[in-house]
Amino acid sequence: MPKKTLYELTKTVRSKNASVDHITFDVIFSDQAVYEYVRDNRLVTEEDIAALYDIPLEKINVFVYFDPAKALKFTLSRPQPSGGPGEGDVYGAQQYAPLFDVELSIPESLAD
Amino acid sequence: MEEVDILCPTGHLATVPFEEESFWRGVEKEPDFICADSGSNDIGPQPFGSDTPVCEEKWQQHDLELMLRGSRQLDVPMIIGSASDTGSNRGVDQFVRLINETADEYDLDEFTLATIYSDVDRESLIQRIDGGEVVEGLHDRAPLDTETIAETDPIVAAMGVEPIIEALDGGADVIICGRAVDPAIFAAPAIWSGMPKDIAYFSGKVMECASFLAKPFAGKESIMGTIREEEVVLEALSEYQHTTPESVAGHAMYERADPNVEHVPGGYVDMENCVYESVDGERTRVSGPVFHDSDSYKVKLEGASAVGERRIKVVGLRDPKVIEQIDEAIAYSREKVAEQFEDDEYEVHYHVYGKNGVMGELEPTVETASHELAVVVEGIAPTEQVAKEVTSLAGSSFFYVRLPGIKGTAGTAAFMSDEVFKANRAYEWSVNHLLELDHPRALHEVEYTTVGGEADA
Repeated sequence: MPKKTLYELTKTVRSKNASVDHITFDVIFSDQAVYEYVRDNRLVTEEDIAALYDIPLEKINVFVYFDPAKALKFTLSRPQPSGGPGEGDVYGAQQYAPLFDVELSIPESLAD
Repeated sequence: MEEVDILCPTGHLATVPFEEESFWRGVEKEPDFICADSGSNDIGPQPFGSDTPVCEEKWQQHDLELMLRGSRQLDVPMIIGSASDTGSNRGVDQFVRLINETADEYDLDEFTLATIYSDVDRESLIQRIDGGEVVEGLHDRAPLDTETIAETDPIVAAMGVEPIIEALDGGADVIICGRAVDPAIFAAPAIWSGMPKDIAYFSGKVMECASFLAKPFAGKESIMGTIREEEVVLEALSEYQHTTPESVAGHAMYERADPNVEHVPGGYVDMENCVYESVDGERTRVSGPVFHDSDSYKVKLEGASAVGERRIKVVGLRDPKVIEQIDEAIAYSREKVAEQFEDDEYEVHYHVYGKNGVMGELEPTVETASHELAVVVEGIAPTEQVAKEVTSLAGSSFFYVRLPGIKGTAGTAAFMSDEVFKANRAYEWSVNHLLELDHPRALHEVEYTTVGGEADA
């Protein structure tokens, strides 16, 4: 099966504070069938996210596939609360970038 | 009332001015209320702890003036939540002044202004805790202690719908709220008009960021929400935007930890069974949210305390041998500071842009690939003088860094200017807790004044 990156398969990938102790990530797919394939086959798991960001699983508070928005959504505990000394992203708005390169195997019929 | 139309021109009042054209198009449609949120803890602890706004007053005046003129033209209530970014008493007073100035400038007819302050009396909070009450911390924080309260000023309590409903009952034409949960600003007028809590709270959640719920992306265009007993219909008012089931659902989960649950004082909205449908290709209808009342009524307390004075120095690096050994260079700088300030309290942080300056410890990229790096040195200490000295020494140490392979002995760093920049005091979030109230209006009193008209002229 061809490999596609999350960047190629999505129309929105973003991160943002969800209160001062959490950052939440929205990964919104472009295509309904691709979304369902990724969801049904659990192509992205909590374990994958924990490995990508090198954090323990318990730092992931929410991990859901959210059908109305064709989205994968997950929420992490921040390494430290927003905006404190040494903290570099007060809005949590730039933490999504590593997701772009995540590769998923998608059936030929869905890959175009 | 069979339906309630709420016009919302902006998701955070005055970050930049909102667009006027779509706002006046909304006013022409004669909404029943004009509502906007004005604050957020997204802006970080510094504005909360120092009790200062982040938005420019010029844009606050712009946004408030338009909303007030629209509201008075239609004679419908206008509601502002979390006044002036933090929702402290300072913010409410500032917005009251701006409302008065606008009323004078436009010779507006007499109207009733309601204010709802949300600063918490810290002494009574300390007494409650001394009396054995546990004020629970959010997200693994320890229960609130009296020492933390003593060093956090102000502490704001985010109100729910009840004080706003009381102000509407009291005949308020303009309501300036202190810190308020975002959905309450919209849910309150909907509930007051007879709509069920289920749809009212959901509507508030999905409307509070204005045109963020429409596509294509735009931050500062007006939207209209038409709230009925069983559904809300969401409409973009700019000529180039429209709402779709997907754009609205995508926004419904924005900035929230869990896309299916939204907590507010007194309960939560369950969005698991929401149905998103297109009305006509332009507008979107949502039905199916369910509101669950909780057994107790809890409000969120927020506050930040000072860590120290803060200074900044910007260091540019181009020497490949320094860049290769950036961790060692930082260790060298840290050691030089430690040698000189062993008896002082201080913190020094190194933000390495080009490596992990943005993501810090969440950055998965280990190797630095850039041919140049910027290190922003952040020094913090109890006094301005020590903060300046720490920052200066930490930054300048990169100029003299001693590491294997280095040949550039005339200076191993580039300074955009060899100076230490004054920054605002450093703060950290110290209060993020839940306080149980005896009744929903226990902390948030409504006060009324009359503005405009002959007497005021």
